[in-house]
Amino acid sequence: MRVPVKYILRSSSSRRLTTIFTMLGIALVVFVFTAVLMMAHGVQQTLRSTGSDDNVTVVRKAAMSEIMSIIDREAAGIVTNMPEVARSGDGRPLSSKEVVVIINLGKLGAAGISNVTVRGIEEAAFQLRPKVRIVQGRMFEWGAREIIVGAGITKRFVGAQLGEKIKFGGDLWSVVGIFDSEGSGFDSEIWGDIHQISDAFKRSSFSTVTFRLKNPEDMTELVSAFETDNRLQYFVPKREKKFFEEQSEMMAKFIRILGVFITIIFSAGATIGAMITMYGSVANRTVEIGTLRALGFYRRSILLAFLAESLVLSLAGGLVGLALASVLQFFTISTLNFGSFSELAFSFALSPSIIAGALGFALLMGLLGGFLPAVRAARLNIIQALRAV
Amino acid sequence: MLELLKLLMRNTLRHKLRSVLTVFGVGVAVMAFALLRTVVTAWYAGVEASAANRLITRHAVSFVFPLPLAYRDRIAQVPGVSKVTYALWFSGVYIDKNQFFARLAVDSETFFDVYPEFLIDKEQFETFKRERNAAIIGVEIAKRYNLKIGDIMLLEGDVYPGQWQFVVRGIYQPRDQTTDPATMMFHYKYVDERVRQEAPDRAGQIGWYIVRITNPDDAAAVSEAIDKLFENSRAETKTETERAFQQNFLSAASAVITAMNIMSFVIIGIILLVLGNTMIMSARERTHEYAVLKALGFSGAKLFSLIAGESLILSVFGSAVGLLVTFPAVEGFQKALPKGWFPVFYIKPQTILFAVISGLLVGLAASLIPVRRVVATRIVEGLRHVG
Repeated sequence: MRVPVKYILRSSSSRRLTTIFTMLGIALVVFVFTAVLMMAHGVQQTLRSTGSDDNVTVVRKAAMSEIMSIIDREAAGIVTNMPEVARSGDGRPLSSKEVVVIINLGKLGAAGISNVTVRGIEEAAFQLRPKVRIVQGRMFEWGAREIIVGAGITKRFVGAQLGEKIKFGGDLWSVVGIFDSEGSGFDSEIWGDIHQISDAFKRSSFSTVTFRLKNPEDMTELVSAFETDNRLQYFVPKREKKFFEEQSEMMAKFIRILGVFITIIFSAGATIGAMITMYGSVANRTVEIGTLRALGFYRRSILLAFLAESLVLSLAGGLVGLALASVLQFFTISTLNFGSFSELAFSFALSPSIIAGALGFALLMGLLGGFLPAVRAARLNIIQALRAV
Repeated sequence: MLELLKLLMRNTLRHKLRSVLTVFGVGVAVMAFALLRTVVTAWYAGVEASAANRLITRHAVSFVFPLPLAYRDRIAQVPGVSKVTYALWFSGVYIDKNQFFARLAVDSETFFDVYPEFLIDKEQFETFKRERNAAIIGVEIAKRYNLKIGDIMLLEGDVYPGQWQFVVRGIYQPRDQTTDPATMMFHYKYVDERVRQEAPDRAGQIGWYIVRITNPDDAAAVSEAIDKLFENSRAETKTETERAFQQNFLSAASAVITAMNIMSFVIIGIILLVLGNTMIMSARERTHEYAVLKALGFSGAKLFSLIAGESLILSVFGSAVGLLVTFPAVEGFQKALPKGWFPVFYIKPQTILFAVISGLLVGLAASLIPVRRVVATRIVEGLRHVG
């Protein structure tokens, strides 16, 4: 004989304040758990969507980020003339030799400065990254000290608005356009003409060379071509997507380790909270439990009833926490990415696996917190329980 | 008073299991709080370690751009400057990309005068100065990779390409708790000589100057004077106090720090919920009893001290348990992070004080709801109450 579901639901609402407190405790834990995972996921998603699988980025060996990479003109020329590089209709290579530098800009509405990536590009850069579109103003003029600014930067930095001027490399640069790249890492960059940028920073070499692979499966041949060519021995080709993903690793790892540590500790607290409530619930209803047993309910039915009560409580808490966390999706935050050493704007991102993980986690807390009290309830002696005051 | 204490202890021990669970719940939360505050402290370590008499002069656009070595003598002539040294961020890879510690090429003659917090044996320092590819490493690096004097460290250069070989000639001890115990330093001359051969256009460049000033109060004036020297030159400078320089790093990472700050307050909320829940349950069970006490003439204040006292006892024990486990937890957390993420990681005394105070405040706050209920319940209703 099973204890009716209605009884289970009614009993958790009979002591409302205690139920709400326990539920809130679990909700807070689930909120933090979800928020942390969403943050790590957001960083990764942003950088993953920055690169494309069809593109290859060539960097200097051991360079962890674009700013540390140096490719001399000769090597860059060899790379763009390789047979694996796709070509446009007029036979020019679909490649962009780029200079990547970091400048400091003051934050809007807050004290302090941060590092912003400036990328000097060649014309093919837009074909290589079709997601990038000018959403305001116009494209910069080749050969002029003009720049276009990513949507994530224009909102947050002094002087990065349309029509303003930014000073770097000994010159004033006019912001003539704002571009958007569908939430990828390029949104946190400033783009200009490669010749202008390298002239301003007196660079005679490039940072990276990015090109479209003629045949996306040619990666292994490309790697071996680099290994066998003596002139290219200091450089390594990487799929662009993988290259940017690697830059998110350090940040995502830190957030995850911190998150996991904190949530394990938190969940211990919330489980104890649930346990206190459930023990209290058992103690309060000793007579009731005795009556149920006298009416013929089995011990295991009682066990299940109390366990179910605890699970209902934790599931409700989990849903509240998840609902709160999902609101975070509307926020974009920015922080220093240690992988590239520059500012990166990203949003909290929810994924089905995070939802499942959060709810599973809530249920686990309910199960752990409810099990011992439920066992106690089931093991009560009928006569003594009925006599209890 | 003694009677009250006795009653409080009795009450606390009435539901032993519940009290023990509550103490653990509070303890866990206090530990999480202390751990998070410690992580925040670690971020601020650079700011804490900065000295008031040091200025940093860097490239005006960003510190990733180099400055000419030629600026050195001109900076030294600025009134108020007592010593100038410089450093270069060498970067490079030791073993693999996951080994984090700072690798700096420094001016071996002056660097350690400006940074007296790196304590180094005189003899070791003299041998270091004599050898071209010698290096001085922090005691933490020596421990982590099991290095002794005379051992060789191979770095794979990234900013400065190629294989670089260094011999450990000195191991320094950090003077203060905030001093980075994991920095590797070697001769700028050695790096520059090789760069001069392999990439001549990058030779004679350093990362940033560290300027020691005679009087910390002159910081603003001296900074201005230095920047004025190089105005409208090819590489304009920006000079600021070491503290401001470090704070700029933090402002870049502020989102993460804010998130951790918010989390640490969420934790206090969780302590409040656990403890509040216990107190509400106890008070409900004792509705009858409190009505009897009231009928006997106990005042509201007396009842308050009964309930708040019990709550405080639980929170004090909980905080104590929490602080005890904080130390192993902090150590475990540091082990879980990649090596060297936080070179300086320790529990500040303020953190402990703060945890204890918030534990006490939460203890008081948790008793507010049950006290209100007990005071508001009329004696007759209370006596009629069936638990």
